[in-house]
Amino acid sequence: MIVRLRQPKREIEIDGVHTVNQLLDGLDMNRESFLVIRNGTLVPGDGRLDEHDTIEIRPVVSGG
Amino acid sequence: MTYSKCRVCREPAIIDLPRHNANFCAEHLLQLCRRQVQKAIADHDMLSFDDKILVAVSGGKDSLAVWDILTELGYQADGLYIGLGIGEYSDVSYDFTAAFAVERGLDLHTIDLRGEYGYDVPTAAKVTKRVPCSACGLSKRHLFDKAALDGGYDVVVTGHNLDDEAAVLFGNALRWDVEYLARQFPVLPARPGFPKKVKPLMRLTEREMAAWCIVRGIDYQVEECPMALGNKHLAYKDALNAIERESPGSKSAFYLNFVDKMAPLLAGHSQAASGELNDCTACGAPTTGETCAFCRLTDRVSGHDPVPVELVLNKKARKAYLAAQAAAGE
Repeated sequence: MIVRLRQPKREIEIDGVHTVNQLLDGLDMNRESFLVIRNGTLVPGDGRLDEHDTIEIRPVVSGG
Repeated sequence: MTYSKCRVCREPAIIDLPRHNANFCAEHLLQLCRRQVQKAIADHDMLSFDDKILVAVSGGKDSLAVWDILTELGYQADGLYIGLGIGEYSDVSYDFTAAFAVERGLDLHTIDLRGEYGYDVPTAAKVTKRVPCSACGLSKRHLFDKAALDGGYDVVVTGHNLDDEAAVLFGNALRWDVEYLARQFPVLPARPGFPKKVKPLMRLTEREMAAWCIVRGIDYQVEECPMALGNKHLAYKDALNAIERESPGSKSAFYLNFVDKMAPLLAGHSQAASGELNDCTACGAPTTGETCAFCRLTDRVSGHDPVPVELVLNKKARKAYLAAQAAAGE
């Protein structure tokens, strides 16, 4: 699947993950610090991901 | 396809909130956020429906979310955006803010630091040789106070959320800085020269605020301020989120129990909050000396040629900033 990342904007391709939690854990991203979005809709931690999905992992922490 | 169900209606959930040990659909996530804001307002006597409210807006998720929630709840709230001159980051942040206000028919005031005061944040940081967040915070506090008083506003609302407040508390507690601990309240009452200031998002995390914006279709500045990269505030947030992951609910207990149990014990221990103040000889704002810190800053930095953002970043932040610029140009 195509995964869009922010800060900075970039794309990576990842295979073999089936849920949001697996995806974040695999990228060593704390679930408290990110949201996962598919087609403009949030997907919860146990939400299933498909290999054809394009998703965004959005950081939620700001330093201001 | 999802497995988790909304705790309220049992429809498919869009978000899991471990601190509530629950999942929520879009409708009931919004309901949760509204109720938390209403509870904060009621518990701390923050706002009334007769108040003329000024929201400090940056184009980020928190300030746009709090403006959205308050107007949705029926409060009369205008926005104030300060153009800090932090390169493209500020330009994009303004665009998000302006679009939000136009789409909702809300009144937005703007102040441009370079245009009206002859400097910007990167230049101030370079000239004063202090961290950028110092000049930025000083400028914003002064100008929000001034705009509220000049505009006849009853109260200034800021978008500080639970994570912001917990991180500040963590930093203050690491140093046992009683002066700052004794001033860390979600409401600062009005006093001569200062408007009332409140933080209605004190009970909501930044993950919840980002979710609010996504569900409500609010476009906001997702990229981090280049000047903030690598600052201590972010390090404290990372540390608290590491704890939160292992022990959900720790972050809110840390901050909200401080407000309920410790803040009353510290009331009156702030010398700055209770000390005598003079009128600044230049602008009339309250100050402990003859001239206020904002006027001293503008005296020192106004009129300097603009300094590019990348020249005031530390090595790590500059690398990240240049990578982001390159990515944006692709």
